[in-house]
Amino acid sequence: MAATRPDIDVSRVAALARLELTPEETALFTRQLSEILAYAEAVQQIDTTGVPPTAHAGAGEPIWRDDVVVPSLDRAVVLKEAPEASLSAGLFKVPKVL
Amino acid sequence: MRYEPVIGLEIHAQLLTATKIFCGCATTFGAPPNTNVCPVCLGLPGALPVLNRRAVELAIRAGLALGCRIQARSIFARKNYFYPDLPKGYQISQYDQPLAVEGRLELGPDARTRYVGITRIHMEEDAGKSLHHGLPDSDRYTAVDFNRAGVPLIEIVTEPDLRSAADAAECFSRVREILVALGVNDGNMEEGSLRCDANVSVRRVGEATFGTKTEVKNVNSFRFLQKALEYEIERQIDVLESGGRVVQETRLWDSDLGETTSMRTKEEAHDYRYFPEPDLQPLDVPQAWVEAIRSTLPELPEERKQRLMAAHGLSDYDADLLVRLITGGADYFERVVAAGAQAKAASNWIQGEIRRRLKELGRDDMSAVPVTPEALAELIDLAERGVVSSTVAKDVFDRMWTTGRRAKAIVDEEGLAQTGDTSAIAALVESVLAENADAVEQYRKGKTNVIGFLVGQVMKKGKGRIDPKVANQLLRDALGGAASSPGA
Ligand SMILES: [Zn+2]
Repeated sequence: MAATRPDIDVSRVAALARLELTPEETALFTRQLSEILAYAEAVQQIDTTGVPPTAHAGAGEPIWRDDVVVPSLDRAVVLKEAPEASLSAGLFKVPKVL
Repeated sequence: MRYEPVIGLEIHAQLLTATKIFCGCATTFGAPPNTNVCPVCLGLPGALPVLNRRAVELAIRAGLALGCRIQARSIFARKNYFYPDLPKGYQISQYDQPLAVEGRLELGPDARTRYVGITRIHMEEDAGKSLHHGLPDSDRYTAVDFNRAGVPLIEIVTEPDLRSAADAAECFSRVREILVALGVNDGNMEEGSLRCDANVSVRRVGEATFGTKTEVKNVNSFRFLQKALEYEIERQIDVLESGGRVVQETRLWDSDLGETTSMRTKEEAHDYRYFPEPDLQPLDVPQAWVEAIRSTLPELPEERKQRLMAAHGLSDYDADLLVRLITGGADYFERVVAAGAQAKAASNWIQGEIRRRLKELGRDDMSAVPVTPEALAELIDLAERGVVSSTVAKDVFDRMWTTGRRAKAIVDEEGLAQTGDTSAIAALVESVLAENADAVEQYRKGKTNVIGFLVGQVMKKGKGRIDPKVANQLLRDALGGAASSPGA
């Protein structure tokens, strides 16, 4: 079990992700993140000199779409799934932003 | 001037595809809200993006035309931020490995040619549209339309090479012109398919480092871009002159107020936590594909203008007008010349009679012209050979425009050919002299410049069908003869 790392600022990450955490959750996630980062650091010990970095496991043939229109979803069905929507205007509704 | 501005542009252009960048929804502008949406562009769980090949092709076209190097491999990345019009909570964009890099755009040539570096061109998806007003409950809610979400864009980022608001506007205008000529973008700034943001700072002339910059947003016309930058440059100089410091921030141009105002944003909003998009493979572009696209690039407007000037001896002004001011003007011009007309005459006709007619119709494109280039060439030939006078040529042109008949047919059938038949003209001269005894008297008393009036009268009687040189000669002969025999 890795020790809690002082350089992890869970409250900042939470603020960026628009999450509100209790002090208990903050402590829990700080500890868990420390463990995850400790694992990542272990992986980083591997000598990767000359190996190009990648974020993708399988880079094979490119996967393309042709520029052909396919039917979109029925609006009424889509809006029904939303927490709030105006069916008459055909719009999603969210709490006021600006 | 003690200060100089340093300006760079970020231009967003919608690619002219039928479908979105990662799904098959249509990109049609003005569709009813939320009718062009699917699980991918709504960001529903489990939906996977698949790249539109045509969008990549158009982006490569733009990159090549702007002199960029197309990277053999570019990478899509997630740009994370929260806003209701961004359904996934991130925008798929390209970050540290964009599609195209290291381009160059030429401004001028007027007094001098300037170059603007193109830092990069990357592909990304557009966001949806937030509606803050207009609904009964707009005081409590923001409404969202996702039709635009996932529409393919390129972002063109220039180097901070621009040194005036006017150059920035010219740069934006040149980019628009090129994208439209390529068929990459429709150039429509009102509908938002072409948008521009500008980064601007000022520094003392001679200083090597840049000052603190601001980003000016919401400039959707060349004029507004120039005005917004002029305002912002003045504002920054005032701040510095009064001992203050320019704050790095985003400012919105308000065209009604004619000023930029600060757009306060939360600090953490700028931490986008980019990381490679795991749902999309690296974008590999084989060199053969790049070369195939390069071979389909059209001649660009500036290239064409230079060619018209070199090949046909047109002035900068004439060539610019044909290429830029009248849509299809250069094509039409080249066909008139190919049909045998002299270049200057062809250019004059397009800029004169054709443009006048188009203005009456409220048009600026040659597709509204019913006279074919070949028909115009025929008329020019008749005028150049002196078969019809320039006045009659204009009448013939009007008839060609309204009836669609050919110049030669009109001239033949209506007997409009200029006559060099001296006996016919002599008869007209005689009657003009008889009807204008006063003028004849004046001429004889030495006021010889009334000859111009008399020539005009003869031309009028001849309905323009007379060669004015012949009329002038015959008049002088008749009057001279009379004057030399006093008392006759
Ligand atoms: Zn879609």
